[in-house]
Amino acid sequence: MSQSNETWGSRVGLILAMAGNAVGLGNFLRFPVQAVQNGGGAFIIPYLICFLLMGIPLLFIEWSSGRYGGRFGNHSTPYILDSMVKGRVLKYIGVFGIFTNIAVVSYYAYIESWTMSYVYHSVIGTFNGMTQSEVAGFFASYTDISQTSTGIPYEAVVFYIVCLAINTFILSKGLGGVEKVAKIGMPLLILFGVVLAVRGLTLGSSGASDAFPLANAIDGINFLWTPQLDSIWSPKVWLAAAGQIFFTLSVGMGTVHCYAAYVKEKDDIALNSLSAGFMNEFVEVVLGSAIVIPIAAGYLGLDWVLNNAGFGMAFQTMPFLFQQWGPILALFAGVMWFGLLFFAGITSSLAMGMPWMAFMADEFGWSKNKGAWSFGLIALILGLPTVFFFKQGVFDDYDYWAGTVSLVAFAFFEVILFSWVFGINKGWDELIRGADIKIPIAFKFIMKYVTPLLLGWVFIASLPDIYNNITHKDTYNREAFAKSYYAEKIGGITNEATVKEVTENQVLLSFTNTKVSFLKAENKKIVTPFEDQIVYDFEEGQLPSVKVGQKIHAGDQIATGEFTNNVFYKNMGRLMLIGLFVFICILVYIAFNKRTREGRATA
Amino acid sequence: MNTSALITMILAQGLVIGVALYFFYKVLTTPPKSEPDSYSENDDEPR
Repeated sequence: MSQSNETWGSRVGLILAMAGNAVGLGNFLRFPVQAVQNGGGAFIIPYLICFLLMGIPLLFIEWSSGRYGGRFGNHSTPYILDSMVKGRVLKYIGVFGIFTNIAVVSYYAYIESWTMSYVYHSVIGTFNGMTQSEVAGFFASYTDISQTSTGIPYEAVVFYIVCLAINTFILSKGLGGVEKVAKIGMPLLILFGVVLAVRGLTLGSSGASDAFPLANAIDGINFLWTPQLDSIWSPKVWLAAAGQIFFTLSVGMGTVHCYAAYVKEKDDIALNSLSAGFMNEFVEVVLGSAIVIPIAAGYLGLDWVLNNAGFGMAFQTMPFLFQQWGPILALFAGVMWFGLLFFAGITSSLAMGMPWMAFMADEFGWSKNKGAWSFGLIALILGLPTVFFFKQGVFDDYDYWAGTVSLVAFAFFEVILFSWVFGINKGWDELIRGADIKIPIAFKFIMKYVTPLLLGWVFIASLPDIYNNITHKDTYNREAFAKSYYAEKIGGITNEATVKEVTENQVLLSFTNTKVSFLKAENKKIVTPFEDQIVYDFEEGQLPSVKVGQKIHAGDQIATGEFTNNVFYKNMGRLMLIGLFVFICILVYIAFNKRTREGRATA
Repeated sequence: MNTSALITMILAQGLVIGVALYFFYKVLTTPPKSEPDSYSENDDEPR
């Protein structure tokens, strides 16, 4: 019944696939931004300590759990956990290890499809001659699915479906297909990354322009690596470092378990896990820090980076920056940058397909083809709302619940189960069985006490945020359907805005915002005020209810009429996620009954 | 580039590159376990 004919081709293939699973867009986009926002060079100290105390132990735990479960023919977390810890309920904790993957891939494939699309647009020269705001505007119109830049109707949807189809096709070839992609994708990703990193590190002040005369890539590198030692004592910085380690390694998802389940008992997992983990760190710390921030600082200046650093830079800024290298180099740079992101994405999204396929093969004897195409179909159904209602916040909501909360919750449970219920002694024996490297015994203590405490801290620190998200505290328009529309959070210094302009379908507010500047001579950041604007657009049947000159605070009514708020779309998305979780729970229950009938049930 | 930034960068990146290369080198140079192992490419007969 189990998928016993599936094997890894080679040890290097397994490590590249595991590293590919971990290396994602976050290595290039999230890490440098987190470093900039959390003490520059000082961030690396808590970051590396968290890697040692949380990242490596979690890798050990997941590789060990996976290989242990694989010995009993279980290749996905529900029955991997079941083989470790007998109990009717615990297998349902393992549902997270399938649920998270399908939910994450449903929107992750959308970002992956942007990278495909941007490779295409780089090749055909779409960005040639565009200004920075035009490039940013291109992204906005791309994600507005009713618009098209190629003449293909619903271009974003088409690229999304093509991207999912590519993933599904490769998955239908099983582990062999995944391994082949990793063997091609990872070396290419590193090659592209090295070329762009060298460019970032050597750009200097050659990118300065009339608009940004002080732009200098070295400023970006300096800011990224100068230790602001006072930030080391900030719990916020440690939490950010722990969070980054957690997300970069793709732990708490069930993918590592699944890949490791195909490793035999006598083969090494200790050295393999360290090698894959450090390969991910190489891509993140060495390459990830040397591309986006230095290149952006080199053309737009450090102040711009401090005020705008974020995920969107990859698509809204980089194509413009590449244009400064001339059309030919821009083409190659665009292909390398978005190609790199594509490989980072696809090696991760393929990993997300395997737990579902393995579960269906183990429990219901499904073929690779059937498993892969059913995975693609479920991901498509679940993912289309993130494409169609991207601007309504469904994408971000999926990312929060599936890509953040689920991971932390599952990792916390699995650490407790492994170290305290399965037992650290049995767990340690499993880790060092067949090991090609001696693991310091201190890790036994760390895995039993330090990692659960650290994860517990991350989990508990997230609880207020989880509560705020459940109750939609991020918005003042909390009803799905409403007769009034309220001003959202204003920000800035006073949290107050003044109505500047009112038309039939638009309200323009002005308020005093702040921006960050860096004083090189004094080596410190200063905050300066500036006049900023917020624009609210309204549709037919909605009327502004404010007057020019009126003072507005967050939560004040600014329009009346018929409103369908973003909360409606987010709640629909949440229902779909809950539906998926319940669906997988039912499958696990059916599988349990089947196992009972066949005399294979463990509890 | 200022000195403290340069030192932090070289230390952090040097550490990560060094350890990553060491582990990968160990993977490449450690002899495979006796058959049947987890990997099919070194099998005498295809599985």
